[in-house]
Amino acid sequence: MQQEEKDILILAIESSCDETAAAVVRNGREILSNVIASQIDLHTLYGGVVPEIASRKHIEKINQVIDQAVRQAGVALREVDAIAVTYGPGLVGALLVGVSAAKALAFALDKPLVGVHHIEGHICANYLQYPELEPPFMSLVVSGGHSHLVIVRDYGEYEVIGRTRDDAAGEAFDKVARAIGLGYPGGPKIDKLVAKEGNPEAIAFPRASVGGSVYDFSFSGLKSAVLNYLNECKMKGIEVNRADVAASFQKAVTDVLVAHGIQGAKDYGFHKLALAGGVASNTALRRAMREACEKEGIEFYYPAPVLCTDNAAMIGSAGYYEYSKGVRSGWDLNAVPNLKLGER
Amino acid sequence: MRILAIDSSGLVATVALLEDEDLIAEYTVHYKKTHSQTLLPMLDEIRTMAELDLKTIDAIAVASGPGSFTGLRIGSATAKGLAQGLEKPIIEVPTLEGLAWQMYGSSALVCPLMDARRNQVYAGIYAFAPMGQSGEMAEPEKGDTTSDNHITEKRAEPDGNMSQEYEMTCLMEGVCCLLPEVVERLNGLGKPVVLLGDGVQAYRETLKETLTVPYTFAPAHRRLQSAAAVGALALRYAAQGKMVSCYEHKPEYFRLSQAERELAEKKAELSDVSDVEKDGKAARAHGFEKTGEAGQTAGQPEVPDSGA
Repeated sequence: MQQEEKDILILAIESSCDETAAAVVRNGREILSNVIASQIDLHTLYGGVVPEIASRKHIEKINQVIDQAVRQAGVALREVDAIAVTYGPGLVGALLVGVSAAKALAFALDKPLVGVHHIEGHICANYLQYPELEPPFMSLVVSGGHSHLVIVRDYGEYEVIGRTRDDAAGEAFDKVARAIGLGYPGGPKIDKLVAKEGNPEAIAFPRASVGGSVYDFSFSGLKSAVLNYLNECKMKGIEVNRADVAASFQKAVTDVLVAHGIQGAKDYGFHKLALAGGVASNTALRRAMREACEKEGIEFYYPAPVLCTDNAAMIGSAGYYEYSKGVRSGWDLNAVPNLKLGER
Repeated sequence: MRILAIDSSGLVATVALLEDEDLIAEYTVHYKKTHSQTLLPMLDEIRTMAELDLKTIDAIAVASGPGSFTGLRIGSATAKGLAQGLEKPIIEVPTLEGLAWQMYGSSALVCPLMDARRNQVYAGIYAFAPMGQSGEMAEPEKGDTTSDNHITEKRAEPDGNMSQEYEMTCLMEGVCCLLPEVVERLNGLGKPVVLLGDGVQAYRETLKETLTVPYTFAPAHRRLQSAAAVGALALRYAAQGKMVSCYEHKPEYFRLSQAERELAEKKAELSDVSDVEKDGKAARAHGFEKTGEAGQTAGQPEVPDSGA
């Protein structure tokens, strides 16, 4: 195709959870704009994301965010080559706002439409951070909704070798944060508390392994262990050191994530490991993974925090590679809340 | 003026292309597929069939609510995307008015009734009156109203220039309420009425049992949402300059989300408000004040820090 001769601009839209986002990305690697309207303050009130409220906010913000993205990129809407949009996985009502708007925009502008998998976007955030990074490599995707160990064979070619059997890592962070009174969102709050104080060796929480698959995760047992510990302290009248609980919990999560990531990379012979997803901005996880990678001689990649959180630039990168492969979505593109990676 | 009209507020997906007084194309599907899968393909079909150059569209009309939350958003997001891409305004047509407009010129009152679940309906009551007799509604024909399902329509004979333009007046603003409240209003008005909307199907038996005024249910071709009616009414709004940008438009839900409702109830309990305030009426009032204004709710400092 002609994409090697000419720059390809992708306008990307993401609304799978509680961020309304749009971005313009050049050739899958260069961010021209990356606009994110977060609703986090709104959902904090309810202790988690409320799907209906998220959807209502998305529809109020979607056009403004798109407009800002093209303005900041210094391009006109009709100059973009294609429109990419997250169509799953995520909250169906939230996804539908982005999908419907993207379809209408592509229809109105007579542009190709490319549906993108949200997790593929998270992985591609690494392409934006590291212009030299090329597949194949091992990727560990950890966020509020996902914990996946993925082999990236080529652009747009993925094989999931490990996944969570119950809670996602980020979900466990949220639940534990709530239990110790930190509130929502749990990940950043625990990270912050632990960074200041907190002994990761204070309490011995379990590192769960899952029977049958060495790469799968399970975090609900850990979460229960934390809740039991808190209950026990309460019954015995022992004052809980929240920072120690948070630090010990975080250590238990990161130990498992790092162990599985390294194991996967070694078993499959990859010398590159890329972290992705919201939890990838956790400082303890980054530090532990970097140390482990250095020890094993594995190149370690991780996106800047703004690219770890849900954003549209990563969708623009993933969309570019799908577009280049000739992927086009029809006008009947629907939101698929439980979309599997590698499926269409 | 060329208008592309969309209504996906209910089970029906319907799109239409209008050019002034002409309906060029209408595509309506009442089937189980989701609007997300049907709406754009239907628009695409209309574009092909009518050899439409989208750039020649002057405005996008959309049924702006009430209706299914997700359905409304699919329609709105589609309208907003089209409006942004084409750089054209949006004409918001309240769903109930769009439904009522299908009965243009009716001498009976018109009552669109939408099933809102949770034992509630979205409803309004409208009347058509000749233009100029502002506020005054046409006196319904008293003749043949004995039979439930028959309403006579005696109109001026086409004898000389007798043509009349009608305007639609609202006797009951669109609300989300219990069905008996609507029936009570209709019975109180004491005039023949034609009912339409998916609420007719859902509450047919109750309506039959409780209405004490002559009534009829609109026939199949006038029963559910029609984008042609939305577009036709939008033309009137456009003439009055009632247009918004894609940035301004958002659906009117007539209802808070469940989480907001529960939070409001919790607040009401905490501030020890009487039981009266906690029933549907309070929720309804909140719904009107705060529809789409969730941001304000979040900003209120007196809200308890739930869950934390």
